[in-house]
Amino acid sequence: MWTWFYRLASPPYVYWVAAAATPWFLSLSVVAIGYGLIAGLVFAPPDYQQGDAFRIIYVHAPSAWLSMFAYTTMALAGGIALIWRIKIGHAVAAASAPIGASFTVAALVTGSLWGRPMWGTYWAWDPRLTSELILLFLYVGVMALRPAFEEPGRGDRAAALLSIVGVVNIPIIHYSVVWWNSLHQGATVARLGVPKMPGSMLWPLLSMLLGFMLFYGAVLCIRLRGEVLNRERQSAWVREAIKA
Amino acid sequence: MHVSGPNGTGKTTLLRVVTGLLRPEQGVVTWRGKSIASTPTDYQNDLAYASHEPALKGDLTALENLRFMVGLRRRATSQELRAALDRTGAAGCADLPARVLSAGQRRRVAMARVLAVGAALWLLDEPYTNLDTVGCAMLSALLVEHAQKGGLALVVAHHELSVGAKMRHLAMQG
Amino acid sequence: MSVGAWSAFVLVLRRELCLSFRRPDQLIQPLMFFLIVTTLFPLGLSVQLSLLREMAPGVLWVAALLASLLSLDALFKSDAEDGTLEQLVLSGQGLYVIVLAKTLAHWLVSGAALVLVSPVVGTALAVPLSAFPTMMSSLGLGTLALSWLGAIGAGLTVGLKRGNVLISLIVLPLAMPLLIFGAGATDRAISGTSPVGALYLLAALCVLTCTLAPFAAAAALRITLE
Repeated sequence: MWTWFYRLASPPYVYWVAAAATPWFLSLSVVAIGYGLIAGLVFAPPDYQQGDAFRIIYVHAPSAWLSMFAYTTMALAGGIALIWRIKIGHAVAAASAPIGASFTVAALVTGSLWGRPMWGTYWAWDPRLTSELILLFLYVGVMALRPAFEEPGRGDRAAALLSIVGVVNIPIIHYSVVWWNSLHQGATVARLGVPKMPGSMLWPLLSMLLGFMLFYGAVLCIRLRGEVLNRERQSAWVREAIKA
Repeated sequence: MHVSGPNGTGKTTLLRVVTGLLRPEQGVVTWRGKSIASTPTDYQNDLAYASHEPALKGDLTALENLRFMVGLRRRATSQELRAALDRTGAAGCADLPARVLSAGQRRRVAMARVLAVGAALWLLDEPYTNLDTVGCAMLSALLVEHAQKGGLALVVAHHELSVGAKMRHLAMQG
Repeated sequence: MSVGAWSAFVLVLRRELCLSFRRPDQLIQPLMFFLIVTTLFPLGLSVQLSLLREMAPGVLWVAALLASLLSLDALFKSDAEDGTLEQLVLSGQGLYVIVLAKTLAHWLVSGAALVLVSPVVGTALAVPLSAFPTMMSSLGLGTLALSWLGAIGAGLTVGLKRGNVLISLIVLPLAMPLLIFGAGATDRAISGTSPVGALYLLAALCVLTCTLAPFAAAAALRITLE
């Protein structure tokens, strides 16, 4: 039974599956994001408190969500690779990291832009944005650790361990930042709050979330194929694939 | 067993796989019928490993080094440790910090550690390096004694070993 | 015949302390770094007492973090270089116990020393005497937890040549909760409100790291040796 599973996780098979899945992910994601953007930016009513400024949530919230999701995926894939020695897990983790980091940067930038009309400044150490910033540092740590080793296998395993340690720490970090913010909260700083959402606001948001996840899946497949090719460049099937 | 072969054929790697430091890509290492991955501490208690480096802390004396390394494995008195140092010809180094010892003396202290630990399986990587002729003879004698007591030794060495008929040979090629 | 975990723990602890004390020059360095860095802030900012008092918790904590981090690189490095690390892994004692002992020894000569020196620095930064107990206990708990966390980073970067900056990059984000609670507790003590809540949270974090981190550090060491 396990041999079936291992064959599923073998690089050539994964390469082929990723190639087949990419166009599906991409097209579905375009549909979802398209609906979300149009419904959210054009048709949803403006928020009674924040006016039109809240609309940036349609990009900010999915980015933030994806940054967490990508980190968890990276840690999970790394953990599977570390414990059960399934090498494709390392490839998934390595492919996932830069995507997740980009989502984190996107969340930070959009969050900062969102804060401008509310705080009057581009950065006010809001707890959620601060947690995102620390998440970015965690990503940078993992991405810096992997290539630091002479032996790539060792780098993969070290990065996997670090991402697992990071994933355990994320709730701790988040809670401590919230506590810290309650300590130092100035009266003028409003939290980047999610306004109460009627259906016309909520559905586009969910659609954007789905779209972003599909987009992540598509980009992951593309990067994964590149990773697999690079890691397996010595093997015969790669040489065949390149020739074709 | 004597493992020999030119540089780069993986003799050290093989030894490290047997110690359990490296996981083999294929296959399983078993000791006394059980795989070493399932009972790591039991297996480790049965073996003594001497790597390329003599594995001594420079700031501690030879005796202190032994006391620490052997002490993790079993309770040993100072007399026992000094006797082990004496057996390997390093008695004079006992109270000197390891960093002032010569390479040959350090090798002897490392060998004393292997002796003092009292393990059934010896895994030695190039143990003859830096030893003079007297030292080499001493080491070969130790190996013979160890085998006579029923112990097993895996020795990686470049040159010929003369320890008697009971030796198997594994020659590795690139 | 074989040695129990407690005896092994004590043995490793004694060896580490013995080794540290034979190199007294290396013991002083983190302390001096701590003192120098805390001096940088008044020099760079201002000597106004009220301002110093306000920034004291943060300055103390950042300096303590950085000073501890500097010495972390050496936690496993010398053992890896002379081959004793492999012997420790193969010693038949669980690596968890060994890491626990080594990290505790490291804290005793770095973090604990910082805690003892902190009243001096606290006075220089206009921290009121009433806040000293909180300051010292928060620093003690925090540096202890940081040593465990740092052991993970040290274990991961042992084989690397320029591991020092990488260790900081890895460990600092994970250490931010410690900074938040530790500096927060000291801040509350200075301003007169009760720091107990923050101290409890810090203690909880310390216990959590103490129990879990050695596992991760041991795994990291095994990865390095592979």
